[in-house]
Amino acid sequence: MTESAAKPRVAVHKFSSCDGCQLAFLNLGETLLQIAELVDIVHFAEAGPLDPEAAVDIAFVEGSISTPDEVERIQRVRANSRFLVSIGACATAGGIQSLRNLAEDNQWLGQVYARPDYIATLDKVTPIAGQVKVDLELWGCPVNSRQIVSAIRALLFGVVPVTEQDKVCLECKRQQRVCVLVAQGTPCMGPVTRTGCGALCPSFGRDCYGCYGPAENPNTQALARRFEGLGLAPDAIARRFHAITSGAPAFHEAGLQQSDLKRQEKDHGG
Amino acid sequence: MADAVPGFLPRAALQHLIDALIAAGYRCLGPQERDGAILYDRLTSVTQLPLGRHDRQAPGHYRLEASADPRWFAWANGPQALKPLLFAPTEPLWKVTREADGVMHFSEQAVPAEPTAVIGVRACDLAALALQDAHFMAPPHADAHYMARRANLFLVAVNCTHPADTCFCVSTGDGPNATTGYDIDLSELEDGFLIQAGSDEGRQILASLPLVPASTRQIALAQSQTDKAIAAQSRSLPGHNLRAALFANLEHPRWQEVADRCLSCGNCTSVCPTCFCSSHNEVPDLSGTSSEHVREWSSCFTLDHSYMHGYVVRPDTRTRYRQWLTHKLGSWHEQYGRSGCVGCGRCVSWCPAGIDITEEATAICGGGQHD
Amino acid sequence: MTSPYVPAEALILDRIQESKSIFTLRLQLTDPVRREAFRFEPGQFNMLYLYGVGEIPISISSDPHDPETLGHTIRAVGRISQGLSTLEPGQRLGIRGPYGRPWPLQAAEGHDVLVVTGGLGCAPVVAVINYVLLRREHYGRLIIIQGVKHSEDLIWRDRYAYWSTLPNTQVLLASDHGGPIWPWHVGRVTDVFDDARINPDHCFAMMCGPEGMMRAGIKNLTQRGVPEDHIYLSMERNMQCAVGHCGHCQYGASFLCRQGPIYAYPAIKPLFRTRGF
Repeated sequence: MTESAAKPRVAVHKFSSCDGCQLAFLNLGETLLQIAELVDIVHFAEAGPLDPEAAVDIAFVEGSISTPDEVERIQRVRANSRFLVSIGACATAGGIQSLRNLAEDNQWLGQVYARPDYIATLDKVTPIAGQVKVDLELWGCPVNSRQIVSAIRALLFGVVPVTEQDKVCLECKRQQRVCVLVAQGTPCMGPVTRTGCGALCPSFGRDCYGCYGPAENPNTQALARRFEGLGLAPDAIARRFHAITSGAPAFHEAGLQQSDLKRQEKDHGG
Repeated sequence: MADAVPGFLPRAALQHLIDALIAAGYRCLGPQERDGAILYDRLTSVTQLPLGRHDRQAPGHYRLEASADPRWFAWANGPQALKPLLFAPTEPLWKVTREADGVMHFSEQAVPAEPTAVIGVRACDLAALALQDAHFMAPPHADAHYMARRANLFLVAVNCTHPADTCFCVSTGDGPNATTGYDIDLSELEDGFLIQAGSDEGRQILASLPLVPASTRQIALAQSQTDKAIAAQSRSLPGHNLRAALFANLEHPRWQEVADRCLSCGNCTSVCPTCFCSSHNEVPDLSGTSSEHVREWSSCFTLDHSYMHGYVVRPDTRTRYRQWLTHKLGSWHEQYGRSGCVGCGRCVSWCPAGIDITEEATAICGGGQHD
Repeated sequence: MTSPYVPAEALILDRIQESKSIFTLRLQLTDPVRREAFRFEPGQFNMLYLYGVGEIPISISSDPHDPETLGHTIRAVGRISQGLSTLEPGQRLGIRGPYGRPWPLQAAEGHDVLVVTGGLGCAPVVAVINYVLLRREHYGRLIIIQGVKHSEDLIWRDRYAYWSTLPNTQVLLASDHGGPIWPWHVGRVTDVFDDARINPDHCFAMMCGPEGMMRAGIKNLTQRGVPEDHIYLSMERNMQCAVGHCGHCQYGASFLCRQGPIYAYPAIKPLFRTRGF
């Protein structure tokens, strides 16, 4: 009993999301059992334990804040947690949901739902850090198990986990992948995107689509110019930035600049 | 170093060279087409070689093309050659275990160093290898992993006959022909290879091959190929030693101008055969009972490279690009007795933004004469 | 062949909290052979390894005459130094070194020694102070200048008080922001340079601290006639390997870990004036 009392208490909370980041835990398999020995998992709906109001040492938070009740709930999670980790594109950047922040009004509600008055959503979707103080952000759609394990291990050692913020390209080259942008002319987001995925898409010959959000010091304008050189129209370039992490400021701005270009072209062309 | 009169190895007999190397205990690596580029991979048969492949390279652009050319080495370098074989992109350096009472046991990671023969090495990469040797093998702290792999390396050079548009080894004095640092050197002709040894190990391998002396005509043909390869290069650096010119221009507006185009993505430093920066990362076991200390390729284009407890020396691309170029083409002369650039052109081709080091150096140093 | 990267285990003999964020670890290599072979000079540093977390360079603040007990004074600011701050006596860490070039204490014999520090306090040069005090007859005047941001950042107040009572020794302290218990200068540390009673022709200056402070110090000292090649600076950059391989501490044509961290000013003068190197 004393042994278990000394273990850090951990909760995994879900907000507006697809649950895919919680799968990063479940996909750990036996490692998850090992984690369960090192920490006390007191709340993790997808895996079983239910105690959403429990005070914990480490809270992993998946999902964006999209509804009024989530605004209140995240405050309670924060108050109950010593170290709060937001996990995944929804929690760190608003995820796919924040695409609706780009819509000019809420007309789409009527187009999608038979009874839009039943839908209680906020005007704007926000990442977790838009509501409360976040101690660590793990990016990705979804986050992967390595990130989770590495963060837990660092916290067990009593140190702040490493922030990974280099570009995907560095990991891609460490794996000796042939650059898909240079050798295939595909609009790879790797040069502006945060590392952590293990250069997953380029390792299958695909272009990175930016699901880990912006890296530090991202030169989105230079990459947009390169995409233009590859033959992408402004709205196609905008969609590269306005995808899964459209809510991250650097990608949000980059996409808007392209949308403006498109508008100008339209006005010009009449 | 090289033998005076080269031998001639008929095209059909190149397989004998591969077989001889394998028989001598080497793991043989050679150029092959992979994912749209020429990469080095395990080689057991000449049929794996990139027959008739040509490359088209331009700033930020690389494509392979098929042709009826009977040659196997009618291309310029792909993204990587020797660097990853010696300075591994990721490798554990040591491991530590910790007992319950806190006592730690450190152990060096064993270095897997299989005898390895590389076929198809270009002159620029031999020059780069000499620089990496100078960096990693200097006493008193020689790198054990690098040393072990280096001692097991056998190099078969192939003189470059098809430089890419991005190549400028003539301007750096490092190519297109290999002059030193190889065990065997080949010049590819349509019907076979001029071949000569550059080391005792090379001579031993040659002794087992069905060689005839090369004819004067064949030697002249090879020379004319070299002359063409020299004439084909249009890019150049504005001088051999740009140290004074670069450090006299640390506030040149071009640094900001190139920073507006640069993605600060580190592709140039990754493909550069002389760049040596690495970071050390800790990879602990989840249980907390052991941990690995891992070295990874890093880059002066990252934030971490100049991070010091809460302060970043180079927070922007302007200062990062300047750090890279002033070192590569400038202070390298003081550190290693020559420029850090061997003219391979990889940083030009593989830059996603298509930035050309020769163009930037010329803009910053001016077009005038430099040493 | 032995890898230059592998640390050796050391035991924490003692931990002293010097200020809110600054602490000293006194360490002993657990292997007696290594312990007896270990020698260092003031200004050199060790790589300290926190188990499972990583390494950082920390200068050795203890006296070279007792190389079996190695003092490291550390400010808890980054993830590794904060982690190190939680260690207690009896616990273990990894250590390798010593690395880098030391302060020019032989060359400075027969001269006044001016020690200038800012930021962390005089930890990186306290070994110099102790060294000079132990060999007092070999040196001229000893002038200790220390600048801090806030008065509570000053560590080792009792030592400064003691040093200021010694003959032929001058202590000048400055704090950007004073306080109720700050009897010394309030303002920039460079303000007190003019009060330093040095003989410019026979003086070695050894400076350690923020580069801005060192720039201002160099300006003042050269104006007073101290030759540039008698001014030494302790530089700091990111370091991963400490043996000249990782490239992080590249500074012009040198690596801080090999040709530094102590430089004679003329050796780095052209770069030192430009930010971003």
